[in-house]
Amino acid sequence: MAYPKQYRYTKEHEWIAVEGADATIGITDYAQGSLGDIVFVELPKVGAELQQGKSFGTVESVKAVSELYSPASGTVTAVNDALANSPEKINSDAHGSWMVKIALKNPEQVKSLMSSEQYEDFVKEESGH
Amino acid sequence: MATLTEAPKPDGGAPKTGAAPAAALRKTALNAVHRQLGARMVDFGGWDMPVEYPTFQGRPGGLINEHMAVRTAVGLFDVSHMGDLRITGPGALAAVQHAAMNDASTLVDGKAQYSALLYPEGTFVDDIILHKVAGDDYLIVINAGTREKDFTWVRDAARGFDCRVVDEGDRYTQLAIQGPQAQATLQKLTDFDLATLKSYTFGFGTVCGLANVMIARTGYTGEDGFEIYIPPDAATSTRVWNEVLEAGSEFGVLPCGLGARNTLRLEAKLPLYGHEISDSINVFEAGLDRWCKLEKHSDFIGKAALQKIKAAPLKRRLVGLEMTERGIGRDGYAVLDQRGNRIGEITSGSPAPFLKKNIALAYVPPEFADLETALKVEIRGQAVAAKVVPTPFYKKPKKS
Repeated sequence: MAYPKQYRYTKEHEWIAVEGADATIGITDYAQGSLGDIVFVELPKVGAELQQGKSFGTVESVKAVSELYSPASGTVTAVNDALANSPEKINSDAHGSWMVKIALKNPEQVKSLMSSEQYEDFVKEESGH
Repeated sequence: MATLTEAPKPDGGAPKTGAAPAAALRKTALNAVHRQLGARMVDFGGWDMPVEYPTFQGRPGGLINEHMAVRTAVGLFDVSHMGDLRITGPGALAAVQHAAMNDASTLVDGKAQYSALLYPEGTFVDDIILHKVAGDDYLIVINAGTREKDFTWVRDAARGFDCRVVDEGDRYTQLAIQGPQAQATLQKLTDFDLATLKSYTFGFGTVCGLANVMIARTGYTGEDGFEIYIPPDAATSTRVWNEVLEAGSEFGVLPCGLGARNTLRLEAKLPLYGHEISDSINVFEAGLDRWCKLEKHSDFIGKAALQKIKAAPLKRRLVGLEMTERGIGRDGYAVLDQRGNRIGEITSGSPAPFLKKNIALAYVPPEFADLETALKVEIRGQAVAAKVVPTPFYKKPKKS
């Protein structure tokens, strides 16, 4: 699986795509693969304040619950409500299934995150091969 | 993203996230096969086991597809982590009658029964399937996470009876072939007429050219199916595994992991040790008294306590819950009454792939156990509505 070069990545397996002062957030293909069949997504409402490294929602597969951690701080400007009814889309297209869009509080924060190459190495190490 | 909870766990303990060194994990003879198939592996009761196979021969797999394969076609499980105890000798029946709660005297050769090993308090050491192989020869199939405990316990319980208790857990590779097409699949590989085997009976036949293989019409899925016991070497195990998948390919067979095994057994309300049954839950609370024969002539461990428990009102009962609002109740979550008071706890909870509902088993006081009782489940601080529903959640359709 190719990790989009224009995204940045967290150690908790979220991706973030930045355009100016706005950003789009989702979870990585590695994350969906280790979760298995995703059946439930709980996301914040528009206007919610997200903090870098803090939980902003949950994603559940049949057998596990995982918390979502925000890659950056900001205000939620849009939520992908379609995922509530078809969470399996995250399995089929994790990098295309955005969860929330935020107005970044401090775009500099994103620089501390991993590039696609760094994330690929990180995942290889974490999965043990 | 960080995982908060992961099921199934055999002992109710915290999930292990790579804390134990890989060398400490036990492996079945099919471990390399699972890895080659790309299975996601987990530590289950000290065993390195497949939880699901994301794809199989280019087709989509994964927990939900595996679950559906068993409900609608056929699935293959490696269940070699299960333990086996052999009890033989003139005193074998008396020992079994003393050690287990069901009445083994009703068994004939080739018949199996669900039963349990109990503590003197009437709570569970483990649940078991007891097979009467022939005459004074019994085979007990036990859970993976409790193998050593069970062996020691049965050996001690059998002391004073003229019999031998042997741990045969490493003598077999145990495969479960489960689903409405299990018979059609397995029949291609054996000369044994499977149509003659009723549920909870077993026989011996040639399977994949191997003589004298034990074939039992048993399983842990709520579906028709078979469990076969073959030699434990990797070459033989791999060959039979592949031949079953080949035989089942016309039906859309999938290899199935412990993830689907857990959701299948939950839909069928089959108990899991450390969840619905444990050393602090008694037979009546668990609703397993159907298999507990207080009236049988021989004494058994736990009988005296259970007679007392039977005479007194129950403090809690195992009930089935269905979530009526959006949310998934999971293992360990609190069950609340309408006013928000904590009244019990979920022992197993999950989305049910075949029923397409979010279901759970929970212990609650009897006054909350009536069907349709409205309750709440506490999910990350929120009280989410649920109701008591009939169990088993899923019953396999009767053959026409």
